[in-house]
Amino acid sequence: MTSTPKLSCRNIWKLYGADAEQFLRRNPDPSDEDIRRSGIIGAVRKASLDIAEGEIFVIMGLSGSGKSTLVRCLSRLIEPTGGEVLFDGTDLLRASDTEMIDIRRHKLGMVFQHFALLPHLSVLQNVMFPLTVQGVPKPQAEVKARDVVELVGLKGREDNYPRELSGGQQQRVGIARSLVTEPDLWFLDEPFSALDPLIRREMQDEFLSLQARLHKTIVFITHDFEEAVRLADRIAIMKDGKIIQVATPEELVVNPASDYVEEFTRHIPRSKVLTAGGLMTAGQSAKGEPILTNARISDVAQRIILSDGPVPVEDRTGRIVGTIDRKAIAHVLFGAGVSE
Amino acid sequence: MIARPGPGTIVTCALIVATILLGTYGRDIAKELDMRWLVKFPSAWIIPFKTYISGAMKWLVEEAAIGPLSFTDITRGIAWLIEQPYRFVLSLLGDGFTLGRGDDARTLLPPVSWIVVTAAVMALGHYCRDWLLAALVGACFAYLAIFGQWDSAMVTLASVLIAVPIGAGGGLLVGIWAYRHPLGERILSPVLDLMQTIPIFAYLVPILFMFGFGPVSALVATIIYATPPMVRVTILALKSVDPELVDFGRMAGTTKRQLMWRILVPSASHSLMVGVNQVIMLTLNMVIIASMIGAGGLGFDVLAALRRLDIGAGFEAGIAIVVLAIAVDRLSQAFAERMGQIHPPQTDQSWAARHKRTVIVLILLAATWIFGRFSPFILDYPEAQTLTTGVFWNDVVKYLNVNFFDMFEAIKVFFLTYFMLPIKRTLLGIPWLWTIAMLVLLGWRAGGWRLALLCGGLSGLIAITGLWSKAMVTVYLCGASVILATIIGVPLGVLAALNRRAGVAINLLIDTLQTLPSFVYLIPVVMLFRVGDFTAMIAIVLYALAPAVRYAAHGIRNVSGDLIEAGIVSGCTPRQLLRLVRLPLALPEILLGINQTIMLALSMLVITALVGTRDLGQEVYIALTKADTGRGLVAGLAIAFIAIIADRLVNASARGARIRFGLES
Repeated sequence: MTSTPKLSCRNIWKLYGADAEQFLRRNPDPSDEDIRRSGIIGAVRKASLDIAEGEIFVIMGLSGSGKSTLVRCLSRLIEPTGGEVLFDGTDLLRASDTEMIDIRRHKLGMVFQHFALLPHLSVLQNVMFPLTVQGVPKPQAEVKARDVVELVGLKGREDNYPRELSGGQQQRVGIARSLVTEPDLWFLDEPFSALDPLIRREMQDEFLSLQARLHKTIVFITHDFEEAVRLADRIAIMKDGKIIQVATPEELVVNPASDYVEEFTRHIPRSKVLTAGGLMTAGQSAKGEPILTNARISDVAQRIILSDGPVPVEDRTGRIVGTIDRKAIAHVLFGAGVSE
Repeated sequence: MIARPGPGTIVTCALIVATILLGTYGRDIAKELDMRWLVKFPSAWIIPFKTYISGAMKWLVEEAAIGPLSFTDITRGIAWLIEQPYRFVLSLLGDGFTLGRGDDARTLLPPVSWIVVTAAVMALGHYCRDWLLAALVGACFAYLAIFGQWDSAMVTLASVLIAVPIGAGGGLLVGIWAYRHPLGERILSPVLDLMQTIPIFAYLVPILFMFGFGPVSALVATIIYATPPMVRVTILALKSVDPELVDFGRMAGTTKRQLMWRILVPSASHSLMVGVNQVIMLTLNMVIIASMIGAGGLGFDVLAALRRLDIGAGFEAGIAIVVLAIAVDRLSQAFAERMGQIHPPQTDQSWAARHKRTVIVLILLAATWIFGRFSPFILDYPEAQTLTTGVFWNDVVKYLNVNFFDMFEAIKVFFLTYFMLPIKRTLLGIPWLWTIAMLVLLGWRAGGWRLALLCGGLSGLIAITGLWSKAMVTVYLCGASVILATIIGVPLGVLAALNRRAGVAINLLIDTLQTLPSFVYLIPVVMLFRVGDFTAMIAIVLYALAPAVRYAAHGIRNVSGDLIEAGIVSGCTPRQLLRLVRLPLALPEILLGINQTIMLALSMLVITALVGTRDLGQEVYIALTKADTGRGLVAGLAIAFIAIIADRLVNASARGARIRFGLES
């Protein structure tokens, strides 16, 4: 990442227990042993992240790993015990209550696992809610709200109430509501976990196409590694309140930092994660229609297998940077690994 | 399977036997040793708290002041504030608007006709649910008119209409405050506890002292009585709002006020309406008691009838309260339900088209006011057409008493000689020091030294105020009633849980018992058994039965299905299943039910003072008639102390049982 990060956090701690704050002040970098001995629970331990503008950043962990707590620290729904959260270069943790209200009204949006729709308001009123609390005039708010409702494909359901909608539709309302203020930074807290597998897939696809149009900076929480791999530009894996690896999906599969990470990657079809750029033999050249470096193997495997010789691989600028052949593909699809 | 009794069991048994022996022979032993103080608390040691409190009260009313503003000014201000809306509603429903005083008073506008009021509640019923509800509440109000209870009922309704919004609104605001400030909740919680355990009568006296005899005092007492549950419900309802919704509200950038009124309160509205319903029921419960300090209406009618033992009139007015309570309760429940549902607004119609019911009621109102000038029948239900059942009830009682006197007398004597008097004699015979020691021991066993200290301290205080023997009579009456209520209630609850058809019938019975205002129980029992302890006990048992049944049924139903299946697979017969699985696991719930029964019994105790018991309730009642603040408060607090001791002991043992079963850590 060369540009300055949109959101970054440094050494975020969230400790629960009596005198947790004083404990951290006395000992700014406590070890696991220190924490256990003082009877304090460490929900988030020394988390540092940099999230670039326009990136889909997924925080992945099992339940109890602290991912939800971390994202709530980033949005300051929970006050971290220590550390700093820099959003566009300013420390959110030092913002006053009124400043925080202002930032949340205009720059942050959030989608919740169980939708968090207000039961007494209609779809349109729910979507308008963030504008209403800002005091935006009603006609103006309504126009905006109708636009985003249409964007998420719920046109015609504006006057329905949340409980009259299916889970997938309810989450669309949640998404529309979080987008109505045109936030710069978009938090999604396990948005699809409460949905059926088929609906979940569909929503993931729509989420990707939505992002292709909107280019938001996204922090996405999930406990589903497959979902993380499908959506993420980069993934942070959390365990016991700690971030154990931050990497692109491909790097995670190729170079897991620990057995714990490897355990997740084991059941992921490699062809869906690995790219042509990662597998090619660099520096060589071949004839034929080139493949992009970031093409997923599962999408191009058939072409490579059907072609007789190696297939050229080109980078984003159109320069041929290497070749890829059947053998490499066979390794991915059937072999144990990519290295030999 | 007979386990050998451990040393703990032996000690417990020995202590119980010793207590009973002391109770039976304590008096004689004390006389023998010439140490009467063992049984009777020496009067020289009594601290006259009641004189102090009366003095303080006198100072408060006559001298206390903040700067130029005296305490009486403040109470007068509050009274004025409450009185204005009350006068307005009363004029509207009962008295009509008049100009001038006395004989030259001219009626500006007569009160709203009974036809319009009935039509209005029917319209409300139809709006909230359907024609069925409209018919029910319409019938209730028509009953009030036809049976000649209309005027009194409107006075009562006026006070309900004032007390409920103040109680519910005030409760909501206090609840919100406590929700926002955790410290507030910690302060409020014990205050609410005390407010709910002190019998209402105890604070009637200071209210009487501050606000004088009249409807305002009655309203103040009603509001104080009816608000605490609303506060609790509010705190609970706000706390149980989905935390995600709160997160969302904060992420949307709501201010604290927006978060409260646009997210929390609307999301919790359904539970909040349950609280409002509670306020309404408690307000109606207070109707008769409030009439002791000046509320008129149906409550006053019952009380007056009870005082002259005019059973027929009392019963009729009592039924009228029940009818009014049913109408108001069903309406408010339906209203709460409707609030929970969502109805698409119809914006494309005119105001009149959207509010057909309001329009009809308004037209009716205007019509009755215009035509009422020519035909009084339209304004007031004609007296000649009223029915009365009073004579009938009097005749029934006469008949029963003439023909079945011996039987009733036999039942009464049997219970008195073999059940009540032995308990009473034993309790009064136990030396007070021994009782306190036993309470401390019990507290220590159930909840550690903290509870032991509480038990010892509170029972010691009762002794020091010189109310020991009256307190023991209270414990005896309450204890006997609770034992009886448990013996009847728990099996009923078990039956209700195990048998669906029996459950429906029992539920209906319990619902009915709970809707009746507490005084109504007294009337039929007094009719048959005349005044005395036995009558009091029957009334208390009837009043306090409900929680014993409810909790037992709930406990049995809630035993986990897995355990039942495990029992069945192990080859339990249904009887074994009940004895070995269901009952032990439901024990904590059953204990909590008994706890509630004790609380209800204690609160009924003061009311039974009307039929001549000689306990703390009587003390409070006497204080009320003499407007003796100190005496009333001290006796009231003594009842509260008994309630607190019982509550903490039972709760601690219920908790112990839950921990033993691993239902709680």
